[in-house]
Order: sequence, then structure tokens, then C-alpha cells
Amino acid sequence: MRSGSNLERVLESGRFAVTTEIGPPKSASADPVRRKAALLRDSADAFNLTDNQTAIVRLSSMASSVVCLQEGAEPVMQMTCRDRNRIAMQSDLLGAAALGIRNVLCISGDHQTFGNQKEAKNVYDLDSVQQLMVFRQMRDLGQVWGGDVLEERPQVFLGAAANPFADPFELRVARLAKKINAGADFIQTQAVFDLDRFERFMAMVRERGLDRRTHILAGVIPLRSANAARYMKTKVSGMSVPDEVVDRMKNAADPKKEGVKLCVETIDRLRSIPGVHGVHIMAIGWEDIVPSVVQECGLAPRP
Amino acid sequence: MIIAERKDLGHIVKMLEGKSRILVAGCRSCVSICHAGGEKEVATLSEALRLLAGSEGREVEIAEVTVERQCEKEWVREIERQVMDSDVVVSMACGVGAQVLQEMYPQVMVVPGLNTSNMGAPEEPGVFAEKCGGCGDCVLHLTGGVCPVARCSKSLMNGPCGGSQDGRCEVNRDLPCGWDQIYRSLERLGRLDLLEVNIPPKNWLPSRSGGPRRIVRPPAVQSEEEKEAMR
Repeated sequence: MRSGSNLERVLESGRFAVTTEIGPPKSASADPVRRKAALLRDSADAFNLTDNQTAIVRLSSMASSVVCLQEGAEPVMQMTCRDRNRIAMQSDLLGAAALGIRNVLCISGDHQTFGNQKEAKNVYDLDSVQQLMVFRQMRDLGQVWGGDVLEERPQVFLGAAANPFADPFELRVARLAKKINAGADFIQTQAVFDLDRFERFMAMVRERGLDRRTHILAGVIPLRSANAARYMKTKVSGMSVPDEVVDRMKNAADPKKEGVKLCVETIDRLRSIPGVHGVHIMAIGWEDIVPSVVQECGLAPRP
Repeated sequence: MIIAERKDLGHIVKMLEGKSRILVAGCRSCVSICHAGGEKEVATLSEALRLLAGSEGREVEIAEVTVERQCEKEWVREIERQVMDSDVVVSMACGVGAQVLQEMYPQVMVVPGLNTSNMGAPEEPGVFAEKCGGCGDCVLHLTGGVCPVARCSKSLMNGPCGGSQDGRCEVNRDLPCGWDQIYRSLERLGRLDLLEVNIPPKNWLPSRSGGPRRIVRPPAVQSEEEKEAMR
């Protein structure tokens, strides 16, 4: 075991893992995180605490992760390259490990022009591949970047993101390979609606044997309305939402129910794809639906 | 102007491994003034490459050419024949020129002979200093004509920091403190009052932070018909 995290234990035992997200509030109060953690605790193996998602200022992912821990839910602390240089990143990794956080997700982060601090200077001192390289060196060699020795190593399970729906398609597998070579123990993908494209992606992943070197968790989003589907199809870059999905949501008598059904069907199909080791359910703003999705998939209770 | 320095010979040689027809392409503009990539430097590098190849018994053909401005297609077109006859081009222009060359001739590999450093000016013969950070939102009117973005090591907008001593920067004692210079300048201009005003968080959107910049000047943009006529 690299980290001793629950997520690592589940994945290494070969069981199908479930992770989900908790969006920290725009607030100095930790109560919303506490409530969501208590609500979702038994529905997933670990919980991503987003890092100022869409570049909107929120309670920090590290503080939220600690609150999650206090509620008995295992956090996956997200850390973007947008807001910290390598000094802050390494310091925050040590801090997170010292506070008991055992999973860290390394990501570039949404560009600041999408958020509420459009005029900010971004950092991107390291990119997410370099971030993984640095963090793995800290964990496995007990050295910060440059070689200074750490008295104690951060025991963390390192994650990264992959987007099979962004372009150029062929490059996506190469980029995944780079992240695995840099140290990604697990991967959470962008939400899958276009299963055909995802299956093509996974076939390329298996061809290179990448599924045996990391744990891939496929992302899913339960849809609440046809509008949400349409928005993701047309407004969010790097997402592929087939017309059938939009139509199904549009024609549904009860769109929320249909959204859950669609999500459950997607998860069922994802479970049948070789190399997919789990799902990552993103239901930001609709977190309370997660227990029933997990239940209906037959993935509850969690080990 | 753009300030650049030549890469060391070993690095350039490594980029040229396995190539036998090499074109060294200089630029007569900025990089010529800072003695990095003009006609003279093109000749020096070419000669060094020939000597090295000779001493290793390698057969290489090294051609030299220098254009007026490698960042403008009109000038680059003049060397089309030489580029197309090469396996590889060592661009001795700044990174802009090297990219324009590659864009124009996508089938020929262009490698950089220089490291492009900054937007600056000659200070005295042989000395070049950074002056502008290209932030897209100039504040020289508030800082006595001295740029805090480019000339303060921390790009502080309400400096100087605690490391300024005897007019020198804490990062390097050979470096003047940008904020010391701002202070002297505003003192001379009788505008020290400007230093009493807090400058709020800067808008970095027009800087590189907002993404690669592209400026469009509508009156100068050609219509499709005009472009056709130019061809």
C-alpha cells in the first residue's frame, strides 16, 4: 500500500470503486461540507473536495477535506496548478498528509477567466504531469523537488484526471500514459455520456496496457433536466453529449427520474467495460441523489 | 526590442543530430542589435558547425542566410528556396521569427538557435536590460516611467519590498531595485504624491494570464476580396 487510503484498499482488492464529489461552499462555515459528508458517507469510498472549481472562490479544498475526515468520510483533496507554485504545492501536500488526507487529485484547474476572479494572474508553474512527478518523488523517494530530504514522507494515493472527450482524440491516450508514467495511481475521467467514444478510448487504453498500471474511474453526472443536458452539450468545452441523451431528457415525463435512470444505465454499461475499475459520480448541487444512484446500481453498501 | 541570447553550441549540435543539409537563418532586426542572431552571429555559428563536423569527419552542408525580419511573412518568403532545400533550419531569430518560419514551411523542421529572453533596450554597448513585461495595461504614468511589472523582481505594484537596499535588489546585488528607480524618478518629477496612493489588485486579463493575445485593428483588416487581389 502506498498510502493506506480506503480508496486504495478498495481498488487494490479488485472491487469496483465509487467516488463522488462534495463542492465546498462560498462561505467561511464548514457546515455545508459537514452535512453533505454525513449524508453521503455510506454511499462512496472517497469524496472529492473540489479546489475552487470553475475558478470561483470557495472554502479551501484542504480545510474541506479535514472537515470530511472529521465526519468519517475519506477525502480526495483536489489541487489545481492554477493557484500555487511548486513551493505552495509541496508545502500543501505535506500539510494535507500531516492532517490525515490520503488521496490527492492533481489537476490543471479551470482557467480563472471562467470564475469570479477574471483579472487574476494564474500560476501554472507546474502542469498536472509535473505535479504528479514532484508528488511521487516526495512520497517514494522522500525528497522535495531538487533533492532536499524530508524527515517524513507524505503517504498519499495520487490521482489525475483524463478527458476522453476532448480533442485531439488520439492524443488523449498518450496524455493518460504520461500521467501514469508521472505517478498517477488512479484516474477520474470527465463525465461519460458518449459511451461509444468512451469504449473506443478504453480499447486504446487496453491496447497500451495502461489499465493494468492505474485504476480508471469513469465519471458520470446524473442529469436533472433537458436544459442541463443541452447546456453541457453546447456550452461546456471538452464534453460530448449525444442527441439521444438530450432527447430522452426532453421527452421524459419526470426528467429527474429519467436522469437517474440514465445515470444508472450508464454505470451498468461502464461496469462491463474491461479496465474500468470504478465510477466517479459528479452531482454538484444535487448531492442528495447520490445514495439512490448507488443503491439502484447495486453498489451499496460500500465495503 | 526583443532581447535574446544564443544557445550553447552543444545544445544546438544535439538538435541537429542526423541532419546533413542545414540552413542557419538569421534576422537583421532586434536579435542583430543584441548580437545574438544577425549576419555576424549566423556566420560564427555556421563556421563552428562546419569545423565540428569536419573534425568528426561528417559530411554536412551548411548554408547561411539572414532576412530583414523573420517575424513577417513578406521577408521570409525571400528565402523559400533555401528553406525548402534543407533538412533542418536553425532559426537565429527570436521565438516569434522561428514560429513564423515553421508556420510557413510546415514540412521542414525549424529548431531554435536562440533563447528569447525579454522586451528590453541596450543600456550601454553590450549590455541589454529588460524594460517591459507586456502586461497589456500600462502603468508607467503612475510609476515615473519605470515598469514595476518588468523591473521589480516580485512585480510589486505598491513596492518596494523589505529587500531593497542601497538601490539594489535582494535577488541580485548587480540588479537595480525597480522601486528605488521609481522613487528617484517620481522625486525628480515632483510627483512623490503618487507613492501615497494604494494601487488596487491589477487586472491581469490583458496580460499573458488571460490567454494568448491577438489584437485586431478593424481598419487594417482586409476583406476576402482584398486578400484575393493581393494573391
